Amino acid sequence: MAYWLLLLPGLLLILLFLVLPILRIVLPTFVGESGLTLQYYKDFLTDSFYLKIFLRTIRVALVTALICVVLALPVAFYISRMGSSRKGIMIALATFPLLTNTVVRAFAWITILGREGILNNLLQKIGLASEPLKLLYTEGAIVVGSVYLFLPIMLTSLVGVMENISDETLEAAQSLGANRLVSFVKVVVPLSMPGVIVGSVLVFAGTASAYSTPLMLGGNKNMMMSTLIYQQAMLLDNWTRAAVIATVMIVTSYVVVGVLNTLAAKLGEKSA
Amino acid sequence: MKRKNYFLLAITVLVYFFIFAPLILIALTSFTTESYISFPPVGFSLKWYQNVFQNKTFMEAFQLSFLISTASTVIALLVGIPGAYALSRYNFKGKKFIKDLFFSPNMVPQVVCGFALFTFIIVRLRLNVRVALLVGLSISVVTYAFRIVGASIESLDYSIEEAGMSLGASRVTVFFKIVLPNISSGIVSAFLLAFINAFNNVPLTIFLSGPGVTTLPVAMMSYIEYNYDPTVSALSVLLMLMSFAVMLITEKLVKAGK
Repeated sequence: MAYWLLLLPGLLLILLFLVLPILRIVLPTFVGESGLTLQYYKDFLTDSFYLKIFLRTIRVALVTALICVVLALPVAFYISRMGSSRKGIMIALATFPLLTNTVVRAFAWITILGREGILNNLLQKIGLASEPLKLLYTEGAIVVGSVYLFLPIMLTSLVGVMENISDETLEAAQSLGANRLVSFVKVVVPLSMPGVIVGSVLVFAGTASAYSTPLMLGGNKNMMMSTLIYQQAMLLDNWTRAAVIATVMIVTSYVVVGVLNTLAAKLGEKSA
Repeated sequence: MKRKNYFLLAITVLVYFFIFAPLILIALTSFTTESYISFPPVGFSLKWYQNVFQNKTFMEAFQLSFLISTASTVIALLVGIPGAYALSRYNFKGKKFIKDLFFSPNMVPQVVCGFALFTFIIVRLRLNVRVALLVGLSISVVTYAFRIVGASIESLDYSIEEAGMSLGASRVTVFFKIVLPNISSGIVSAFLLAFINAFNNVPLTIFLSGPGVTTLPVAMMSYIEYNYDPTVSALSVLLMLMSFAVMLITEKLVKAGK
């Protein structure tokens, strides 16, 4: 029974300070004046203001994950064919931004996308814009900032899978007449699906719950669930609504991860 | 595939440019002599760095972030190492469930965790904000301990431990004399990654601040809200240097571990 003693500190920490506090806020949202109710959720999801924020969160997270997949697939493939020392350097380079503060990384995009920012200055100088464009404080800015945050994660999860695709497999595809593009689409991409799914889960969950990026790049007009929960809880003191948002966020996270994992399992069966 | 593929090379260069240009940009703008952020930067001065060190809020926030992150990382490891050991060396009923529970901090959005801890520790238990920060950050980084230390233990051959025990050493002795020295590089990398992630945390710590108790990233965010000058660029560069040091040490250890 020694193992229970070893597990105890971890169990206590997580049960007391994660599970219990969350149950304390989640459970009361299902109780109304006359017993069990889903009224709070109905109110939340039928209010167009909140529904818009919920849908924006899903949309931004999905688009971000998609862009990360599209950008990372070719790059990760290129890196995976490198010799081990160069590959190591490329992966180390990609992970460096991950160790940098998200506030720093969002701040960088403020200096690029702002009204007086570098991109606007450049566009005006080369004559592509006659006046500063509104780039910052838009949904697009949140997507750019989120791709910037999470692309390295997608890259590393894809390189991890693509390393295991042997050169022989690719040569076989090409000797059978597939050109490089076809062999990439028909051989490399399907074999990389487990990495694509793991990466997408991480990027989606990360984007949907990031705080500083939507706050700093989206502004007040483009709230996401994470900035909304902070506003409701800490600025408006509406704890019930904040708890409803918390529950919606947890459920979304589990549903998305669940769906993608089922997909991964199905793919695993097929290729096995 | 041995032929050079210029399309792949080009897109790789572009993606790496996208990853690094913003960081390099911040570094360049931090040396400007102007009091606004401009590119290309004008002149060369270190006055914004001086500004960082003269800013009392930043200095206090750094101190708090550093101490709390270190302490919560130590807690995460003290909790995580025995847990990871139990999960990899024992078989028992409900192991899958416990494992899922141990990794659940990854599933719960950090803002939710922050809000829940705010209502529980600060409002309900009326404990100090620092306690809430300590507990919250420990939970948010404990999965690094489980995952990284767990992987080190898994890769350690169990027969060495069996040999130790068959020679009469107790399980505890074997753990301290054989297992611990062999997983030390895993422990140090878990420590560094957990530390940097605790230090950089925003979504949790934004809910857990009080009068005079603000973590550095949160302090930076409120500074940016009202000021737009190169002080933040300078501070960013200093933080990047810290991340870089962490990365170098981790890389060295991973190599040494192999």
